[in-house]
Amino acid sequence: MESASLTGGGHASLERSQLARLPDRALRYGLTALAASILALIVYFFVKLVGEAGPAFSKFGVLGFTFDNNWNVSANEFGALPLLVGTLITSGLALLIGVPVAVATALYVTELCPLRIRGPVTVLIELLAAVPSVVYGLWGIFFLAPKLQPAEQWVADRLSFVPFIGGGVVTIPNYFITGLVLAIMILPIVSSISREVMSTVPSDHKEAALGLGATRWEMIRTAVLPYCRSGITGAAMLGLGRAIGETIAVTILVGDAPVLGGHLFGQGYSLAAAIANEFGEAQGLHRSALFAAGLVLFVLTLLVNVIARLLVMRASRTGTPKRSAGTSGETDALAGAAAGA
Amino acid sequence: MSTNAQMLERFSVSPGRRRKDRIARNSIMLATAIALVPLALIIYYLLSKGLGSWSVDFFTTDPTGNTFFASSSIGGIKSAILGTIEIVALASALAVPLGLGVAVWLVEYGKSSRFAQTVRFFVDVLTGVPSIMFGLFIYIALIVGTGSSYAAYKGAFALALLMLPVVTRSAEVVLLLVPGSLRESALALGAAALEVIFRIVLPTAAPGLVTGVLLAVARAAGETAPLLFTAGATLKTNFNLSGFMNSLPMQIYTDVTSPTTAVVNRAWGAALTLVVMILLLNLVARLLARRSSLG
Repeated sequence: MESASLTGGGHASLERSQLARLPDRALRYGLTALAASILALIVYFFVKLVGEAGPAFSKFGVLGFTFDNNWNVSANEFGALPLLVGTLITSGLALLIGVPVAVATALYVTELCPLRIRGPVTVLIELLAAVPSVVYGLWGIFFLAPKLQPAEQWVADRLSFVPFIGGGVVTIPNYFITGLVLAIMILPIVSSISREVMSTVPSDHKEAALGLGATRWEMIRTAVLPYCRSGITGAAMLGLGRAIGETIAVTILVGDAPVLGGHLFGQGYSLAAAIANEFGEAQGLHRSALFAAGLVLFVLTLLVNVIARLLVMRASRTGTPKRSAGTSGETDALAGAAAGA
Repeated sequence: MSTNAQMLERFSVSPGRRRKDRIARNSIMLATAIALVPLALIIYYLLSKGLGSWSVDFFTTDPTGNTFFASSSIGGIKSAILGTIEIVALASALAVPLGLGVAVWLVEYGKSSRFAQTVRFFVDVLTGVPSIMFGLFIYIALIVGTGSSYAAYKGAFALALLMLPVVTRSAEVVLLLVPGSLRESALALGAAALEVIFRIVLPTAAPGLVTGVLLAVARAAGETAPLLFTAGATLKTNFNLSGFMNSLPMQIYTDVTSPTTAVVNRAWGAALTLVVMILLLNLVARLLARRSSLG
C-alpha cells in the first residue's frame, strides 16, 4: 500500500499536471497560428489587390492593360507597356552592368585576394547595401547624371546609326543612368550570394585543377565557375528582382515620362515609378490602373524571385553539407541586410 | 645554371597561358576596384555637401515649407528625425516579436514539415516583394473604404511588413545554431517547452538575434516607398501616431525635386544624417555579431 502510493506519488511528480502544460500548449498553438497568419495575410493582400485592380482590368482587359502602349492620365486611358518596358530596360541594364562586376568581386574575395584584405573588401561592398534608395537617387541625379551627360552625348553621337542607342538628345534623367545606379544597388546582394555559392566549391576540385598544372584563372574557369553556374544565375535573378521592384531611386532618375523612351539616353518610366509618382493624386480608374500596375509588378517580381530561390537552393544543396556555423550565420544575416537596398 | 633554366622552361606555364592568367586576374581585381568607386564617391559627396548644411538649427527646427526665399527660412529636419525614430520604433515593436515568434515556431515546432516549408517559402516571397507594394498593401487594408487618411501608425505597419521577413530569416539561422544538446539537457532536467525556449534557446541566441533585428531596423529606417501613401509627409514635429508624420527619407524625397539650391542642400544634410544613423546601427550589429558566443 505504502510502496504503491510512493511510486504513484513519484510518477505524479514526474508528470506535469494538465494545468501546468497549458502555457506550453498555448505557446505551441499561438506560434503555429502566427505562422499561419503570415500566409493568410499574403493571400488577403493579393486578393484585395486583384479586387482593386479589377476596374482597370475589366475596362482594358488584362492583356490590353499590360501590353498597350498608351498611358494617358488626362484621357483616362491606361496601357502599361511604357511602364513595363521601362522596368525591363532599366533592370536589364542593371544586370548587364552589375552582374559581371559583382561576380568578379566575389571571385576576387573568395579566390584571389590576400586573406588580410578579404574582410575589409567584403564589408565595403556590403556597405553599398546600407545606403538608402533615396540617397542613391539624390546622388545619381545631382552628381552622376550631370557628370556623365557629356560622355553619354559623345556615345550617342558616335553611335547615331544604331537604333535605340544613338541619335537622340541626351536628357539628364534617362534609362541609362537609372540602369547604372540600379547596377550599383544590386551589386551587394549579387556579390554576397555569389560569394556564398563559391564558398561551397569543394577544395578538392580546386586543388585537383591546380595540381594538374592549371593557372589560377584556369582553375576558376574549369573548377569554380562551372560548379557555381546555377547559383550565380540565381544570384543574378535575385538582383533582377531587386532592380525590378526598386522604386524611389528609379522615380528620381528615370524622368517619369509615360512614353516609350525613343532611345537609351531618353526619359522613360517604370511600373514602380508610376505608382510612386502618380498614386498620391490618383482617383477612380486611374487609381485602379495603378493598383493593376502594382499587380503586374508584384507578379513579375514573384516569378523572378521564385526562379531565383529555386536556383540558389539547388546550388547550395549540391554544395558541401554545412559551412562553419559562425560564417553561415553571419553571411545569412548580412545577405538579409543586403536584401535591404 | 643553364640546366636549371631549361628545367624551369620545361615545367613552367607557357607564356600565352601565363598572359591570359595575368589578364584575367587583373581584370577581376580591376572590377573589384571599380565596384568600390561608387561607394567612395557617395561617401565623399555626402560628406562634402551634407556637412555644409549641418548646424545646430538644422537639427532643432522643423522645415518651414518656405522654399522660395532666403535659405535661412527653409528650416531644418527636426520633425523628420523624430518622425523616423517614432515610425521605425513602432514598426520594430510590431515586427520584432512577430518575426521572432515565427522563427521560433519554424525552428522548434515546424522544423521540416510541409507546412513549415510553405511558411518559409512565403517568408522568402515577402523578402522579394518590392517595398512600394507594402505601402499599397497597407493602403488597401487600412485606408481604402475607411474614410481615413494617412497616419504614422499605418506607415509603421508597412515598415513592419517589410521588416518581418528579414527578422524571421536572420533569427531562424541563429536559432538553428543553438546546440540541440542544450535543449535536451534542459528537457531532461524537467524544464517545460516554454522554459526551454525562453530561458535556454532565446538567451543563448540573443546576440545573434539582436544583430538580425538591428539590420532589419537599419533597412526599414532608409525606406521611402512604403511611407509614401501610408504616413504621408508633413512639416511639423508630431508625437501623435494617428496623424501625418514626417520622416527623413520622405524629407529627402520631397527636397530632391526642389529647384531651390538651399532645399537641395537640406536634402544632402538629411541624407548624411540618415546614412550616419543607418551605419551606426550596422556597426553595432556587426560588433554584436562578432561577440556572439555561437560564432
